Amino acid sequence: MQLIARGILAENPIFKLALSMCPAVGISTTVMNGFMLGVAVLFVQVFSSMTISIFKNVIHPRIRIPTYTLTIATWVTVIDLVLAAYLPDAYAKMGIFVKIIVAFAIITMRLEMFACKETVKDSFWDALGMGLGFMVGMMVIGFVRELLGSGAVMGYDVLGFKPLLFFILPSAGFFVVGLMMGFFNWIELYYKRKKGVK
Amino acid sequence: MTPAKYIHVVAAALLFWLMPFAAVAEGLVVDQKFKGDKEIVVSFSAPVDQAVAENPANYTVFEEPDPDIKLEVASAVLAAGGKSVTLSFKDKLNTAMTHVVVAKGLAGIEKTTFTVSKSYLGYLFGILISALLINNFVFTKYLGLCVFFGTSKKKSTAKGMGVVFTLVMVVSALMSWVFYNFILIPFNLNFLQIVVFIGLVSLTVQAIDTILRKVNPVLFNSFGVYLVLVIANCVIIAVPLILANNNYNVFETFMLALGAGGGFLLALYLMSSVSERMQLANIPPSFKGLPIAFIVAGQFAMAFLGFSGLQLF
Repeated sequence: MQLIARGILAENPIFKLALSMCPAVGISTTVMNGFMLGVAVLFVQVFSSMTISIFKNVIHPRIRIPTYTLTIATWVTVIDLVLAAYLPDAYAKMGIFVKIIVAFAIITMRLEMFACKETVKDSFWDALGMGLGFMVGMMVIGFVRELLGSGAVMGYDVLGFKPLLFFILPSAGFFVVGLMMGFFNWIELYYKRKKGVK
Repeated sequence: MTPAKYIHVVAAALLFWLMPFAAVAEGLVVDQKFKGDKEIVVSFSAPVDQAVAENPANYTVFEEPDPDIKLEVASAVLAAGGKSVTLSFKDKLNTAMTHVVVAKGLAGIEKTTFTVSKSYLGYLFGILISALLINNFVFTKYLGLCVFFGTSKKKSTAKGMGVVFTLVMVVSALMSWVFYNFILIPFNLNFLQIVVFIGLVSLTVQAIDTILRKVNPVLFNSFGVYLVLVIANCVIIAVPLILANNNYNVFETFMLALGAGGGFLLALYLMSSVSERMQLANIPPSFKGLPIAFIVAGQFAMAFLGFSGLQLF
């Protein structure tokens, strides 16, 4: 449980570790897009963590990085083919980003730091936490951009007007992520200062 | 052979290879070109009959790869003198493709067939410019952001990183092209794309690392650090995937890789220049570091949006 919470909050891959930013900026225009890519990353993260954890005793330390890469590549291929077969519409929207999961630093980092040392059960929970953290981050950014950009949530029109069309534009991804990171830092600083006063 | 002679040989080979594209159709048709993205202008060596030339039904136009999809000619207008005709189309043409035009009954000839295409060198250059500016990998495709934000603190680092990236990108893209066209496609192993490409990229990085260490230790000392970072980056793997998606040939691949690498270098350099200035600025504490870098990148992205209307050829 602790491991999951850590992935979502204390070590959130997007806002705290600032890893795997590319999709966070690239396709987080709607909540749905964020959710879909989040699921894909979650899948790859969990399965490659478990694979590495199972085989950790037979992997020679000198070839561990190539092994990680190939493991991730295999699972990315699996999710890539599955999405292309069953959800062609969503897959078309995500474009190249599904295949790019293979180069996500966050997944390799978790394998290197956690899965190659711990038991299968622990690495499953850790991977789940990280994947969920990524998914939540993507969905939050997607929510902000969708709400402000097209006045909708999950495709349903809620505001009835389009407050800032700018947020749908690609470049706004940078602004939203930057502002949100600043916001989270601000909260953190605020609490630290409070503690310091006490 | 001296290097200078090599250049001549290469140039000759290139010219020979490009010949079919530059060749002008013989006989009746003297010149043919795209005008805007909805019209084709054809010039003739002799005046043609107006009634025949202005009947849209006499023309059949299609893109070379798919002859079954006929493009509808909305109108054909003969210019004064009867030596040139302008074909207008209902829908926009994909001017990057070679178009085949078949005309019936012109000047008494039953069928006249000719092709319309942009100059191929121009098209190649278009790919380069597109990858460099219009579809800049960092600012409009959002790839390689981890490294982008990680190494854009100092100008010297940014330059080194950009050069190493371009080098790795070109080498690995060309290798991927060879593997894709001669191994993956013939043996129907397309689903192994990701595994093969990531392997090739790692291999290239490792190879450059080893070669540079032996050949030029000075350069290695200044660039070696970045090589490790290159593997875990999505820009590098994106190039092979894009070329596989678009079925690029080897020249197009080279141009794409060069443009992508150059674009990355450009982005890093721009960003690092701003970062150096920003160290003097008074930034709110909660925005220090990454948040402000993101906002600056957002402004760059907006500026690069301006390139989207750029069309050179």
